[in-house]
Amino acid sequence: MTLLETTVHIGRAEPRLEARDKVTGHARYAVDHPIPGACHAWPVPAGFARGRITAVETEAALALDGVLAVIWHANAPRLEPGDDPNLLVLQSPEVSYYGQIIALVVATTPERAREGAEAVTVRADVSPPDSALRADHPGLYEPEIVNAGYRGRLDRGDFEAGYAASAVRVDATYRTPTEHHVAMEPHATTAFWERGRLDVFDATQASSTVRETLAALFGLAPQLVRVHNEHVGGGFGSKGMARPNTVLAALAARCVGRPVKLALPRSMVFALGGYRTPTIQRVRLGADSTGRLLAIGHDSISQTSRLTEFAEQCAVVSRVHYAPPNLTTSHRVVALDVPPPTWMRAPGECPGSFALESAIDELAVAGGWDPVRLRIGNDTDRDAEGRPFSSRHLVECLREGASRFGWADRDPRPAAVRDGRWLLGTGVAAASFPAITWPSTATARATADEHFEVAVNAADIGTGARTVLRQIAADALGCDEMCVEIRVGDSAIGYATVAGGSMGTSSWGWAVTKACRMLRERIDREHGGEVPPEGVAVTADTTADIAAREEYARHAFGAQFCAVRVDPETGEVRLDRMLGVFAGGRIVNPTTARSQLIGGMTMGVSMALLEQTVLDARSGAFVTADLAAYHVAVNADIPRIDVTFVPETDPHLNPMGSKGLGELGIVGAAAAVANAVHHATGVRCRSLPITPALLLPAVPG
Amino acid sequence: MVHVKPGSGCGVSGTETESDVTLHVNGREHQLRLDNRSTLLDTLREQLELTGAKKGCDHGQCGACTVLLDGRRVVSCLVLACSVDGAAVTTVEGLSAGRGLHPIQEAFIAHDALQCGFCTPGQVCSAVGLTAEETESPAAIREAMSGNICRCGAYTHIAAAVFEVAAAV
Repeated sequence: MTLLETTVHIGRAEPRLEARDKVTGHARYAVDHPIPGACHAWPVPAGFARGRITAVETEAALALDGVLAVIWHANAPRLEPGDDPNLLVLQSPEVSYYGQIIALVVATTPERAREGAEAVTVRADVSPPDSALRADHPGLYEPEIVNAGYRGRLDRGDFEAGYAASAVRVDATYRTPTEHHVAMEPHATTAFWERGRLDVFDATQASSTVRETLAALFGLAPQLVRVHNEHVGGGFGSKGMARPNTVLAALAARCVGRPVKLALPRSMVFALGGYRTPTIQRVRLGADSTGRLLAIGHDSISQTSRLTEFAEQCAVVSRVHYAPPNLTTSHRVVALDVPPPTWMRAPGECPGSFALESAIDELAVAGGWDPVRLRIGNDTDRDAEGRPFSSRHLVECLREGASRFGWADRDPRPAAVRDGRWLLGTGVAAASFPAITWPSTATARATADEHFEVAVNAADIGTGARTVLRQIAADALGCDEMCVEIRVGDSAIGYATVAGGSMGTSSWGWAVTKACRMLRERIDREHGGEVPPEGVAVTADTTADIAAREEYARHAFGAQFCAVRVDPETGEVRLDRMLGVFAGGRIVNPTTARSQLIGGMTMGVSMALLEQTVLDARSGAFVTADLAAYHVAVNADIPRIDVTFVPETDPHLNPMGSKGLGELGIVGAAAAVANAVHHATGVRCRSLPITPALLLPAVPG
Repeated sequence: MVHVKPGSGCGVSGTETESDVTLHVNGREHQLRLDNRSTLLDTLREQLELTGAKKGCDHGQCGACTVLLDGRRVVSCLVLACSVDGAAVTTVEGLSAGRGLHPIQEAFIAHDALQCGFCTPGQVCSAVGLTAEETESPAAIREAMSGNICRCGAYTHIAAAVFEVAAAV
């Protein structure tokens, strides 16, 4: 791997390429495409969490004007068995979670489809569900491998001995609730079949994966399936793989022989689009009298579904941030009658950092140490498995942030600063996220007029992928970016990895760089530096390059600083300002990078103060399944967030020297808020969200 | 199902379940026969192929469907099309039709006040409507833009874009 040396375009702040299409309403999302003859589907969700369907009465629906079909397990085309049972829609009478789809009504208009769905009657034998996560659930077990391939348990040294020998100790349990992604575009698909070929416009972060999934489920050769995702209205993990809506739309289109549009009503997204599992995390910290960490214990509990296993890797953050000689980290999950949880922005690190970075703050308070200095004093150059970090500038982030934020002026005593009736406080937390790179392919084509077309099946879910990939391509080709046309969002381009795991720019950018370099080389070697009239095209695959990298712990780091005010009479917490300082390798486009990090921090503030999905344990239903009941931050909640970067050069990542930034911004953000609330009030909030109901009884008047 | 008798209520003609409605959308007149249940949002999207306005919740809770109705911002998912017979509707597509971008659209690009873009048409229409509402202080503008959710978290940039244009008006 050779780093790109001449970087004219990389590093330049540029507006996103599709901005004009987006501000004028011309950018088309999954159900915005004008497809002649398209009809509309409306699902019938299960109103119970556990049971067996005995009958679906469809006559009343079919009698309605405009209703074309009612599809359910007795009449649905058979799907091939796959490895995700949640995608085997309308195949079985068994119901495994509240909101699982029992039937699908297809009609000529959305109004008729909805009326038809309301006219369907479902009969079922229903059992009481087991849907509530609790720390003493007898079904808890310890998976060997948790999400993202991490070992479920990792111990080093002797935790119990180190903890017992510590002069200052913290033992606290933190809870995070079920949270939902709430991407603004609900999960949606347009599907149509033509001469045995299936085309879908899908709201997905991973059209290459969706193509493979659909091909397998429908028993088709992959080249007969094409998945388009030119624009995607946010994902945050919820669109990281094929979801039930995608399969339902394809199934319905096959049944009625017409194109079908299926946009899930927002209420149904809560069960069908995935969510972040609730967590219960016990953290134990021990330090010597100087603040040197001797022991960290991080034991996490989360839930999964009966259909598929998903084990949120909360404790992995404790294998990265600090390196005490004694460590124990573990994960337990329990399979409940709930919808399958999934990745949500920084799975593992996000809820895990709330627990760890809150506990570090508790340790600082208990030991009388400054929380910035305590973190700096426990920096490490290796992770818990002994791998050296390819680069790590957490200390620089903390120092730079402390300086910019004005941390030195802070009075460490809690509840000591007032502004009128408001109590003021500041908090800090560390952030990290793995810098992942996954194999991808890209194609670069040159035409005789010195024009280049670079195609990579990236998904631009709001990240600025198109824009940064064009910058990368221009530098790899050594041309002006105006000569480069970039194409993304179409599975026909060729395999590329998901827009998730903060791996997009690194993975796609490497494939683009390789294809562009190979193209240049071929033009020089085979065509004497002149592009022939028929043009030249090269396709590159990075599988071998990525496999050949040396073993390093690769992570981006950052420091979150937060100032809040708390009204002691109402318990209301308001954000005053937030600063994030991040080390993310070479920043390809400071404009889109800042936006992404600010977005992550905004979601972190939202998580800290507002977000909570309530599950009714009697029915197994998410009862907060709309945006009036599931609160997310709005404009008035976010007065000021600043982001700045610490320069970082890392030759062990990819040719751009870049690390992903999509998830880093949310990591540590909720802890920074909670730590600031503690500083303002003296009240330690170990459960999220920090609502007035939680805070008011404890806050000093 | 809602039944509107011909000629009753909103003063439109039609059948038991349908109404004849005239809408002036982005300066063009459209005479439509609509299902009485059709929202203004579904009418724009499904009948007129104006898919700029988005359906984020269908409950008036997210603002992605915001359009201007006789100059005022409304969430078009909560407006029944047959109840606004004769009205003038401006969608995001109409803000730049036939000329350059609206200053709010320019400011959104300059401040990178968008990411995935799904809420952007609603944000832009809301901001355009807002500039006619004499909302001046930054806090008041942030409050007045709070009916438009942006899950990507572009709020600080959206506010900066709207401040800039509001200050210039």
